[in-house]
Amino acid sequence: MNAEEINRSLARIAHQVLEANHGARDLMVLGIPTRGVPLAARLARLMGEVEGHPVPTGQLDVTMYRDDLRSQPTRPVGRTVLPGDVDGAVVVLVDDVLYSGRTVVAALDALHDLGRPAAIRLAVLVDRGHRQVPVRADHVGKNLPTASHERVQVRLAETDDVDAVAILRDTPADTGVGTEGTR
Amino acid sequence: MKHLLSAADLSLDEVTGILDLAEEMSQVQSRPVKKLPALRGRTVVNLFFEDSTRTRSSFELAGKWLSADVINVSAKGSSVSKGESLRDTVLTVAAMGVDALVIRHMASGAPQQAAQWVDAHVLNAGDGTHEHPTQALLDAFSMRRHFRASDPDFDWRDKTVAVVGDLTHSRVVRSNVLLLRTLGARVVLVAPPTLLPSGVQSWPAEVSTDLDEVLGSADVVMMLRVQRERMSGGYFPTAREYTVGYGLTRDRLARLKPGAAICHPGPMNRGLEISADAADSAASLVLDQVASGVAVRMSVLYHLLGGDDEGGTR
Amino acid sequence: MTHPPVLITGARLPDGQPRDLLLEGGRFADPTSAPADVRRVDADGLLALPGLVDLHTHLREPGREDAETVRTGTLAAARGGYTAVLAMANTSPVTDTAEAAEHVAALGRRDGCAQVVPVGAVTKGLAGEELAELGLMARSAAGVRVFSDDGHCVHDSRLMRRALEYVRAFDGVIAQHAQDPRLAGPDACCHEGEISGRLGLGGWPAVAESTIVARDVQLARLTGSRLHVCHVSTAETVEVLHWAKGLGIAVTAEVTPHHLLLTTEAVTGYDPTFKVNPPLRPDEHVTALRQALADGTIDAVGTDHAPHARHDKEHAFADAAFGMVGLETALGVVAATMVETGLMGWEDVAVRMSTTPARIAGLAEQGRPLAVGEPANLVLVDPSRRTRVDAADTLSLSRNNPYSGLELPDPVVATFWQGRPTFTR
Repeated sequence: MNAEEINRSLARIAHQVLEANHGARDLMVLGIPTRGVPLAARLARLMGEVEGHPVPTGQLDVTMYRDDLRSQPTRPVGRTVLPGDVDGAVVVLVDDVLYSGRTVVAALDALHDLGRPAAIRLAVLVDRGHRQVPVRADHVGKNLPTASHERVQVRLAETDDVDAVAILRDTPADTGVGTEGTR
Repeated sequence: MKHLLSAADLSLDEVTGILDLAEEMSQVQSRPVKKLPALRGRTVVNLFFEDSTRTRSSFELAGKWLSADVINVSAKGSSVSKGESLRDTVLTVAAMGVDALVIRHMASGAPQQAAQWVDAHVLNAGDGTHEHPTQALLDAFSMRRHFRASDPDFDWRDKTVAVVGDLTHSRVVRSNVLLLRTLGARVVLVAPPTLLPSGVQSWPAEVSTDLDEVLGSADVVMMLRVQRERMSGGYFPTAREYTVGYGLTRDRLARLKPGAAICHPGPMNRGLEISADAADSAASLVLDQVASGVAVRMSVLYHLLGGDDEGGTR
Repeated sequence: MTHPPVLITGARLPDGQPRDLLLEGGRFADPTSAPADVRRVDADGLLALPGLVDLHTHLREPGREDAETVRTGTLAAARGGYTAVLAMANTSPVTDTAEAAEHVAALGRRDGCAQVVPVGAVTKGLAGEELAELGLMARSAAGVRVFSDDGHCVHDSRLMRRALEYVRAFDGVIAQHAQDPRLAGPDACCHEGEISGRLGLGGWPAVAESTIVARDVQLARLTGSRLHVCHVSTAETVEVLHWAKGLGIAVTAEVTPHHLLLTTEAVTGYDPTFKVNPPLRPDEHVTALRQALADGTIDAVGTDHAPHARHDKEHAFADAAFGMVGLETALGVVAATMVETGLMGWEDVAVRMSTTPARIAGLAEQGRPLAVGEPANLVLVDPSRRTRVDAADTLSLSRNNPYSGLELPDPVVATFWQGRPTFTR
């Protein structure tokens, strides 16, 4: 995907969310670090443009809720920033790539400890399949069928100076660029 | 990170990482569910050979809010007199399958020794007159918040911290000097000559015996507790004389640098090393220090126990 | 007691001369008179030194037989080349009566692999308050001549004066553990300096030793009595000794092997193996001590062999017992620090570790020349032999060995006491 395709997908998702929610009422868009955060901000901005008023956005770090903490060296923890109370809100979780689904489970657990939203939706830029838990996205930018040895690399202007999604077939040295398989 | 035995164990990146995470952890205290699952299934033992309700409670809450199973083992009283060696006690506790031992001991070096005997992570919660690294971390945390309030981009290298009082018998000062050096701050140690540790000249700090000379340049004045029993040791003649020379009196409070903060690791001897005016003044960070304790210790526990057992940091 | 004769051939004496030695009836005999079927020991390339004498041994029996016994302590002594040890008085009960002294001497006769010479306490119960029965101990069958409250300083000046005066009547000597308890109190466990300050360990300042020695040598001058200074550990004390000896005061002094080799740096890991009293000192003191032993300001080496059971050592540093073992490694450490450095020859080693300590303790049958008619106490030494020290490889019951893991000379090949082998490799 190039920048234009990404923008088109986000615009479509923004409209879908508003349509499903009958407007922006009670909406709270929360990105999952790292690249879910700028995506959430963009979605909120797009929705705000449609609705004519800002849509609250923030970020939800799920590191401490992961089920694989003990299998790796200590992970750095990201920030959680909530624009308001999650109780009664319609939370739209945003991430770049949906793969095993475990990150989403961790996010649901994290939200659970923060309060009781009226509803939780999941929006992702790319769904690459290979789910390990019964999770599905409500809004998908693009379905990308992949093999499990491949990796999906998402780059965003906010974090990587360019908007692009690519499938990496070999296993490159860790470039520091977001590839969800390594998280 | 395998152990936290000395503030000298921490690199600048590690200190920054711990303080940053502590900021996140401090938000947990205001959540409906004050619990994170990060250390679920981990067992933390507070092995306290010396009473310290405050430090122990702080570690206990920190562990519990991270969902670890926390038990307190009081091994108070000389194990020498009970016939059980330190090694026996530590190995017995470790044999229960614990992931981390938080050790407080009246003798310097006990946690360092324990770390050589067990596989578990060892965290120094204060050893004799040696070190108290988590206290230094929470002091740095409180100071950083204080500095950021007026300048979010402040630089530690522009800051001067004066540590005043019984330096010889203070574990807090040793950890603070090491940690503040890592952060880059200028440290000035102030005490009567009888309470300056031997070899203090080789520490990464300046040394003075004149508080008034130092007062005007300090961005933080950290007052250390002076135990009244030091008087019987002949370290200074009377409490009155100590207060006149080294107490943070009302008069000195008025001469602090504008915006300067006051720290005290507690418990305070009001009227001796710190006047009530100073302890209760707006410049005092004392209550912030206590409040920061749990968040900082959560952060430290996560850094020690949040990953695999190798103790590496990703 | 008699042992079949032994003919040692090819050994060189401390003066460098090769000579055959016939050990017969506990004494040296004319080697040309050896019977044809005599047991022969080929000592080609080895040195023969008079059996070593340790002025400062803790045998722990009676009272702490889990840490050491007379048997195991003297086995270790024999392995270290010693044929006599002075057994310090801080046993349980304390050696502060004639009966207690005779008991230790009897244990030595029964179990000893070396001559066991009881040291009597200066004060009752080592409490530093009243004189022990010094005269009765001296008159007893044990014939006590050396008195020491080792582990404690005879701090009271008047008491120290009286003790010195009193023992003059029977040519006794007061061996002082010099430690001003007000300058170095119960918490003192590390040389006072940069390391004690950094580690938060109780400081033991060098002057806590030298000020007591300065007082004591003046009391010795006043009383005309003999003073012996145990385990000198500081350069300041060496200065005082030098001054006192210049005045002709009857003072002798010993240094331990560990103070000749190890420095304060060893305690930075809080390993109680390195906790000893007086504490390990910085380099400049070690240098001064070596120099003083070489030039005679310090007269003798005393091991301060202080065995401890594991459960007395495996505490926090401040809580652990003071002391380290030293009998088996003493000659090796002296070889490394004094001989291999060129400060002393083997002849000097014989003087500092045998002749002089025997003279200080008044032992007629020890520290004698290796000559016909003299008691057959000797040690055969291979100066080139080295080993990596292993705390577990010991004849002592205790393992608090500070040299474990170090490569050191291990020169003792065989030890003979009263003509019989007490150690052979």
